Amino acid sequence: MSAEREHFRQIRNLVRWLMAAVVFFLILAVGFAVYQHTSNQVIEPDFDSKIVVDPSKVQGAPSSEVGYRSKFDSPKRIATYETASRTPLEDLQGTITPSDLHFERHHAGIPEIDPSQHELLIHGLVEKPIRLKLSDLKKYPSVSRICFIECSGNFRYGKREMTPGEVCGLTSQSEWTGVLLSTVLRDLGVKPEAKWLLAEGADGALMARSVPLQEALTEAIIAYGQNGEAIRPQQGYPMRLVIPGFEGNTQIKWLRRIEVTDEPVMTREETSKYTEKVKDGNIRMFSLVMDARSIITYPAYPKKIEKGWQELRGIAWSGRGKVTKVLVSVNNGKTWQEAHLQGPVLEKAHTAFKFMWNWDGKPTRVLSKAIDETGYEQPTYNQLVEARESKGGYHFNPVVGWDVEKSGEVYLADIKDI
Amino acid sequence: MINNRAVYIVLGCAVALLIRCNPADKIPSDEPVQRHEADWSDGLATYEATWPEKFGIGRPADKSFIAKWDIDVRPDGKGLPKGEGNVKDGAVVYQNKCASCHGVNGYEGPEDKLVTDSTGRNTIGNYWPYATTIFDYVRRAMPFNAPGSLTDQEVYDITAYLLYLNGIIQEEYIITEKTLPAVEMPAKKRYILDDRRGGPEIR
Repeated sequence: MSAEREHFRQIRNLVRWLMAAVVFFLILAVGFAVYQHTSNQVIEPDFDSKIVVDPSKVQGAPSSEVGYRSKFDSPKRIATYETASRTPLEDLQGTITPSDLHFERHHAGIPEIDPSQHELLIHGLVEKPIRLKLSDLKKYPSVSRICFIECSGNFRYGKREMTPGEVCGLTSQSEWTGVLLSTVLRDLGVKPEAKWLLAEGADGALMARSVPLQEALTEAIIAYGQNGEAIRPQQGYPMRLVIPGFEGNTQIKWLRRIEVTDEPVMTREETSKYTEKVKDGNIRMFSLVMDARSIITYPAYPKKIEKGWQELRGIAWSGRGKVTKVLVSVNNGKTWQEAHLQGPVLEKAHTAFKFMWNWDGKPTRVLSKAIDETGYEQPTYNQLVEARESKGGYHFNPVVGWDVEKSGEVYLADIKDI
Repeated sequence: MINNRAVYIVLGCAVALLIRCNPADKIPSDEPVQRHEADWSDGLATYEATWPEKFGIGRPADKSFIAKWDIDVRPDGKGLPKGEGNVKDGAVVYQNKCASCHGVNGYEGPEDKLVTDSTGRNTIGNYWPYATTIFDYVRRAMPFNAPGSLTDQEVYDITAYLLYLNGIIQEEYIITEKTLPAVEMPAKKRYILDDRRGGPEIR
């Protein structure tokens, strides 16, 4: 009897335990379901504890007003000084520079401008001087154009451990939207003696440059849009001048004044800066157009490559028109081959080039040179030094190369050795 | 009748094909094929033809508004306010407002050298082509920590002092809206206009 009772007690306990366990798991399940249902939180993969959530087995993040980059991909500008930062050319895909990675160069910081307080004054040798607000500017017929903007001081070298962005990341490409300067000036009536214009910014430097009117009238845009949105503050919000193919400094940001004149003003930026020493002791001024140039962005420092087939990639551009050809050498200049250009090839725009290369694992040097529609061929450092009797300065656009070592490591080639 | 029409159609097609093919046949095979490539100004002229004569956007800028903003000073003196600057007063303003960045003598830095020294670095004395640029720039953008805060008098005095430090004017020379454009800068004769034109030549 006692053994029977003991047996019954054991069964009863087991049933109680089982029931308790079922209730416990039920509560847990319901609680979890309720939590899942009410919480809008994303279940983040927890890499620290090595538990990775399979993204196909959970609900992803909800929609949002403003997008963001994947946290696994965070390209950054290369800040050289407080007044400049460079585009990481090696991190970009395609030819458009994301607006927040556009290079920066400013001379008195980035002004914060309320567009309702901002006006653009256009005066000088015009029949009818006017003041335009951003909202006025947007009423004119608009134009959009994809082109690069490059600082004319865009060349650095000196050590092997340099990335493409560090070498020449003061160039970026956007789709700019605005009104053609010629459209606005047509309305104001330009006087016949007009030959130049002065463009002036609203920043602390009141950055000002003189530009020949004839050239500016052909293509210059008073831009307010960049890659589909308003121009970023770093690029001149609310409005800037865009002169395709011209050196960046002439494309005045935070534009507040255009004066049509008969003579250049000879501002500090077009005399003591943005001029270069050339042969016979001369100083060249108003060198406004950016000559053709290219750079291989892969393979390049700090990437490491493996033996076998790879797509060698880079960008080429010219301020004088279209890039017609990019020549690539994978044997330190012994032979050159034509790279494939990604179409459509646009005027005065970064053009992607590609070259399929089967690396045999032996140390070598890869080089690229751009040729534009005027027949200009990107020179070497030594050709530039010889032509100018000067070892640097503005508008220095030499052929750049990368040394590929046996290990597959890639380093910037000695510029004087190319 | 039907047969005749068919013959005409066939003949017509043949002629059309010949006309179409002929110009293409004339293109030498070694010449690159012209691809139509997208251009920013495609169709713009046609669009422009639909625009009104005038847009009349914005509001007129009157003389007093323009005068307030029109600050640039040109080599011929246009834009200079009436005034007089001297080296003695310039030295005082310079030490108070410029020396901390450009050095007590104008060449010690840490910022740009203004006065020529033994390093051969670019300065006002050895590189700037126009004296008026000093006035324009100092008034426009200096001092760095308070741009646009100098009076025209201070700018005139500093201009005189910087020209004196570079050995371009004598200590007693008075800088005015008349005399400043007449100051000959040593580097001016070295300046040439851009001579790059594209094409095969490297300059």
